[in-house]
Amino acid sequence: MNIQAWTFVIVGLSFALYIGVAMWARARSTGEFYVAASQVRPVVNGMATAADWMSAASFISMAGLIAFMGRDGSVYLMGWTGGYVLLALLLAPYLRKFGKYTVPDFVGDRYYSRTARVVAVVCAIFVSFTYVAGQMRGVGIVFSRFLNVPIELGVIIGMGIVFFYAVLGGMKGITYTQVAQYCVLIAAYLIPAIFISLLMTGQVIPQLGFGSTLADGSGTYLLDRLDGLTDELGFGRYTAGRKTTWDVLAITAALMVGTAGLPHVIVRFYTVRKVSAARSSAGWALLFIALLYTSAPAVAAFARTNLLTTVTDTRYADAPSWFKNWEATGLIAFEDRNGDGLIQYRGPASDVANELTIDRDIMVLANPEIARLPAWVVGLVAAGALAAALSTAAGLLLVISTSVAHDLLKKTLVPDIPEHRELLVARIAAGFAVLIAGYFGIRPPGFVAEVVALAFGLAAASFFPAIIMGIFSTRMNREGAVSGMIAGISFTAAYIIWFKFMHPELNTVTHWWLGISPEGIGAVGMLVNVAVAVAVSALTAPPPPSVQRLVQEIRVPRGAGPGHELQA
Amino acid sequence: MAEPPSRAEYWKRNVRYVAILLAIWFAVSYGAGILLVEPLNRIRIGGFQLGFWFAQQGSMYVFVILIFVYVRLMNRLDRAFDVDEREGGR
Repeated sequence: MNIQAWTFVIVGLSFALYIGVAMWARARSTGEFYVAASQVRPVVNGMATAADWMSAASFISMAGLIAFMGRDGSVYLMGWTGGYVLLALLLAPYLRKFGKYTVPDFVGDRYYSRTARVVAVVCAIFVSFTYVAGQMRGVGIVFSRFLNVPIELGVIIGMGIVFFYAVLGGMKGITYTQVAQYCVLIAAYLIPAIFISLLMTGQVIPQLGFGSTLADGSGTYLLDRLDGLTDELGFGRYTAGRKTTWDVLAITAALMVGTAGLPHVIVRFYTVRKVSAARSSAGWALLFIALLYTSAPAVAAFARTNLLTTVTDTRYADAPSWFKNWEATGLIAFEDRNGDGLIQYRGPASDVANELTIDRDIMVLANPEIARLPAWVVGLVAAGALAAALSTAAGLLLVISTSVAHDLLKKTLVPDIPEHRELLVARIAAGFAVLIAGYFGIRPPGFVAEVVALAFGLAAASFFPAIIMGIFSTRMNREGAVSGMIAGISFTAAYIIWFKFMHPELNTVTHWWLGISPEGIGAVGMLVNVAVAVAVSALTAPPPPSVQRLVQEIRVPRGAGPGHELQA
Repeated sequence: MAEPPSRAEYWKRNVRYVAILLAIWFAVSYGAGILLVEPLNRIRIGGFQLGFWFAQQGSMYVFVILIFVYVRLMNRLDRAFDVDEREGGR
């Protein structure tokens, strides 16, 4: 069988698996729809959280980004894993004890304020839509590259699958589908990683191969060779940083705090049975995530070394077959400027003109071909990329539908809506969200990449401080929290909009405040939020005694009921 | 058994655990991986420069360990202060 046939078979089988799991785990009540009736086991929840979190960006783009950023790529590695430590230690157990369905629920009850709830709902919906548009686009791209289907048709197929199990299954269906998707995506990531590690260094474990000597008998360490190559070709040494230390600090902090504040991640900790299970499932989640995240920088280094050694100054006519295959997709472009028939691949610091442009995404997608792996592995990588995109999309769609049906309708507009009507509204909202997401997937607004910074920044500057202060301070009141959130959001949004939309020509390190890029400004926004909240709260009346009792109550694990037993 | 120790004391111990664990969290990522990356890079372990290793590998291993240590500490603390959950989630 050829690559395309294998891809059809493996992707088809994986989709059949997801649909089967979704049929088996249908939701029958709002409790099951929103939080899987809080009956999920910690290891299962950890796996589902890992799939929920790792998106098309983690699977396809991250290793490629690191391969081209070198050491600076560690902002993604530390930023997107360190947030789970914050989640486990500062958020998950207390939110589980609180036991309602959503982040706006907590914010609304803890700050006894409809305004606070609405601010939280708007942020949750904005953050989730930003993300889901990118996922649908990812689905379309994978379909078009591997199966030669038009992007539009790919997006529609993806919408159909997500619609089926998110709308029918709710959180319960999504949880068990995500477990299956995690298994597919991690196998699809690790198998090529192991083979390419063997090929380059003779080490089975990529994390060790990363620090080993090359298998070519030279006795040189892989990273030393890579440093030498990148330096010589004018890219700058791979293990040296290029961003300012302040910027690296700020971006890492914004990504960590943003991760811990993302509503689709937080809500997963409402689905377990006990407070202690919420703590341990955060540990399992990070373990499952770290399997991929510690492999990614190894894959990045292997792929970059391989690329530089096989392509640089090779005669174009003798370029390896994967080079020609991916050139056909437009992701590799060679322009023989000096007409010598050789591929000159050079960095900005070189005095030879660069003749090669490479899309970062092919570092993961082309890996199986570069490592000369069998055709079925290529099919598996396609299925893995789809699993990563679909699982994240489903989690986000659920947040959107819950926000509309539960937070807006039930808690704000129509409090006496019967449960079966609320469930129906939640399903309809999920359906609409799929359609809107699909629309953005087919016609992506040009600013998707820009708004991702905004999504993380807003999550960091709004939810995270409001929730932490709500748990760790009994004194924090409504006035403080609401003004803090508004100050944090306005500051962060203004900075990002200024540099990304109004004055993109000024978006360089010399114009940034303290050298902090828009990607990292959410960390400052968080500090603004805290400062304003503490000041305003000190000048206004303390929260009512019932709220102070609620805070005391969520600090101890005993008495965590299934869902909605604890009353404010 | 004597009267169970107070919930205020339970909370104080919890906050202390969190503070210590977050200090380690900060030290391995922001410390070793970012602020001290250059001096640490003079130390080599196999093919890795140590600062680079913390930034792209080590910090993540420590994160995983920190959460599981926290889980164990808190389960013990919950039992010692008699605030743990009984089977069935009650």
